[in-house]
Amino acid sequence: MIEWLLDGLLVLALLTTAVAVLASRNLFRAVVMFIAFGLLMALAWVRLQAPDIALAEAAIGAGLSGVLLLDAARHLGYNRGGRSK
Amino acid sequence: MRVLGVVTMVVACVVFAGFLGLAVWQISGAPAPVSLPGLLAVNLEASGVEHPVTAVLLNFRSYDTLLEIGVLVIAGIAGISMARTTSLEDPDLRTSDSLLYALQRWFVPLMLLLAGYLLWAGSDRPGGAFQAGAVLAASGVMMRLGGIPMDFLRPGVLLRLGLALGFTVFLLVAVASALAGEAFLAYPEGFAKPLILVIETVLTFSIAMVLLALFVSAPVNRAQEPEEGERG
Amino acid sequence: MSSQLLYAFAGVALCGIGLFGYIRLDHLLRKLLAFNLMGSGVFLVMVGLAQRGGEPDPVPQALVLTGIVVAIAATALAVVLIRRYYHLSGRTTLAESGPEPKNTPKPEAHPEGAEV
Repeated sequence: MIEWLLDGLLVLALLTTAVAVLASRNLFRAVVMFIAFGLLMALAWVRLQAPDIALAEAAIGAGLSGVLLLDAARHLGYNRGGRSK
Repeated sequence: MRVLGVVTMVVACVVFAGFLGLAVWQISGAPAPVSLPGLLAVNLEASGVEHPVTAVLLNFRSYDTLLEIGVLVIAGIAGISMARTTSLEDPDLRTSDSLLYALQRWFVPLMLLLAGYLLWAGSDRPGGAFQAGAVLAASGVMMRLGGIPMDFLRPGVLLRLGLALGFTVFLLVAVASALAGEAFLAYPEGFAKPLILVIETVLTFSIAMVLLALFVSAPVNRAQEPEEGERG
Repeated sequence: MSSQLLYAFAGVALCGIGLFGYIRLDHLLRKLLAFNLMGSGVFLVMVGLAQRGGEPDPVPQALVLTGIVVAIAATALAVVLIRRYYHLSGRTTLAESGPEPKNTPKPEAHPEGAEV
């Protein structure tokens, strides 16, 4: 029962951070949410009994990818909105 | 109208997700035709390593890993061909931030040690070439953020050697076993573990080089394109 | 329905969310983020669906591991392209097709950071 609660909350958090990545007005905030999403994915991989993937996701998805995108976001301008025509 | 367009897109994506969910539900109802974990448990000792994921990556499905490192090398080449930055010893890059400097001094040796451990541990517990390569690349990124000049990232022989090494060694092993009369990429009897170790080491190095080179070539400024003849 | 299957459905939802963001958003970096979300969703579906019986299955785990590394390399290459495009054209969105308006920005208009 407690495991269902844990899995349910983790899935909810994953989907919420994913929506927050796309809906943030500030590009910097979107990238930070993406890093948080990567860390939550690492937790999800642990729950799926895949420690190798969890290691790789934590190092790559949250670490390397985060630094790369933060650097890019800084140079491309923070406050450009995401809304389309 | 604008609202109509948005609503159409939302409906389309919901329908797409709905059909995907339906497909997942249907597949989950049917039993699996072949039990891969069962097959793996039977053949694991023959592969040379004790950890099943490493055995799959570097022995049973080593062709996928060979192609993957090939894709990485291509991405690395494409990235560095568009690199356009000033000299890597640009004084602008060197940080005066004491916190970053302290972090570098403490963390970079630890991260190098961690990368080595992850590589070694891949044989019988979670770990392996990919994780070690990622941690190694991360330590390189940390050094780069602090402005430490790294000679091997300039366009030249050392960069190309590092990028190509993993793929070349892996391909050599594959072709050698084909020339010896066995199947392409079949390790000879008894040599599986040392071969896997060698391949994993060069893979780690190459993956780290590709990721680091891509990170370094991301910034663009008004520097001239690096000429081939100038820096050799 | 086991908990692994729940993660598979979460992956499906992530694919839908990522697809919506990829089509809707204009800024190139945001499109890249949405694309990465779709990729993560696909990985969750792969592992969650294969392990629905509760037993860890190393083959899809190995494939997803490879997939994560290839995805970061592709993302890094995309960032290089986006930054070069911004450097050359000054835009962070793809240009509209059709007759050019009179006041297009000149090339090399936006060197990142320093003044020309």
